[in-house]
Amino acid sequence: MIQIKDIHKEFDNTPILKGITTEFKRGKTNLVIGQSGSGKTILLKILLGLFNPNKGEIYFDGILFSSMTEEERRILRREIGMVFQGSALFDSMSVVENVLFPMRMLTKLSEAEMIDQAETVIERVNLIDAKHKLPNEISGGMQKRVAIARAVVMRPKYLFCDEPNSGLDPKTAIVIDNLIQELTKEYNITTVINSHDMNSVMEIGETILFLKDGNKEWEGSNQNIFKTNNEAVTDFVYSSNLFKKIRKLYL
Amino acid sequence: MYGRVLKEIEDLILGSLGIVCFLSFFVGGVVSIQTALNIDSTFIPENLVGFATRQSIILEFSPTFMAIILAGKVGSYITSSIGTMRVTEQIDALEVMGINSVNFLVFPKLLAMTLLPIVIIFSMFLGIFGGWAATIYGGFSSSAAFIEGIQLEFNSFHVVYAFIKTFLFAIILATIPSYHGYYMKGGALDVGRASTVSFVWCSVVIIVVNYFTTQLFFS
Repeated sequence: MIQIKDIHKEFDNTPILKGITTEFKRGKTNLVIGQSGSGKTILLKILLGLFNPNKGEIYFDGILFSSMTEEERRILRREIGMVFQGSALFDSMSVVENVLFPMRMLTKLSEAEMIDQAETVIERVNLIDAKHKLPNEISGGMQKRVAIARAVVMRPKYLFCDEPNSGLDPKTAIVIDNLIQELTKEYNITTVINSHDMNSVMEIGETILFLKDGNKEWEGSNQNIFKTNNEAVTDFVYSSNLFKKIRKLYL
Repeated sequence: MYGRVLKEIEDLILGSLGIVCFLSFFVGGVVSIQTALNIDSTFIPENLVGFATRQSIILEFSPTFMAIILAGKVGSYITSSIGTMRVTEQIDALEVMGINSVNFLVFPKLLAMTLLPIVIIFSMFLGIFGGWAATIYGGFSSSAAFIEGIQLEFNSFHVVYAFIKTFLFAIILATIPSYHGYYMKGGALDVGRASTVSFVWCSVVIIVVNYFTTQLFFS
């Protein structure tokens, strides 16, 4: 579980996050949603330790992040998997080499053990036929699956995904969403997903944090997001004609 | 790490040999032709062509101007490859995995570039050989006079000085482009901009360092 308390962040005296407090539960897909510029990515980068908050505390399973030494943070990072918006695969490495990479860098497993572990995960994301291909030889959806395989190959405790289905067609996006949710359950991971895709919200939004202008505007789940009277949430959720029609039918 | 260093040696050092050899051969030829054409006086010995070619190639052309040419080739490659990794979040991915990205990306390049003196040995040899070929086939001097010229008052310290300079330039060529790539911000267009800026800075720093090392060793 990850708890964040009163997180503030500003750049050049411009406040980006204005006191976010929430918790992301283990074994669940925790979605952070909001419009572009609402502070989702900054919050994720703070959780990853790529930015330091100006104020506030982050607890990883009860351990205060800011109290950790550099070495402890480095160890913690080995328990974190990250799926970047653009996949961030290493161009010069094949699919299997990308998945092997964190193990080669961070573990002392034998080559055979590493290959075995990597192939298990690659098979899990249905890419075994493409394992020797380079990232530029596979589709965007496949690249996302490689990124997921690389993120979970070390059996992380925490998985962060920054808009994992951006740029994907709706069908592939659902495949990616479901894969992340299945892996979250299988490996009992605390998963935090940044998204502004309403399909993801509907499919896998077990807990949802809605950010607006750097504030926590609403918190709930995909079960009750359609029932809320919060104006900012309804504006966001029903911004498309499709969802306006769904709301009409629903109500 | 070992594998990455070998990969960098292949990309940065072996990958530069072709252009360095080609340029050195022809520039050596041009240096000797220009020297031969600009000495009319009968009081100047014929072996001066070989002597001047050797001095120009060993003292300046091979270490300094090859370094500037490599700032364009190797420097741009380093900046754009690291910059692209920055833009596509690959560096963030390394950091998130708990890998020291500077150590992972820059250190193998720095180690590989310390082999630059080997490239410069090829440059020196081919530059002088190009000078000899141009002199002989252009009919500017005899082979014996040219060879006598390249042996004339040979000071082995000049080669040591050239290697010391090359070593310093190698560090410049590995670090300045890496800095510009690593700390770049923006998108694809900015990768190109960062490569240009890194080339300019490499050239400036190489020329300034060249001036001070020359002052230091010869004044």
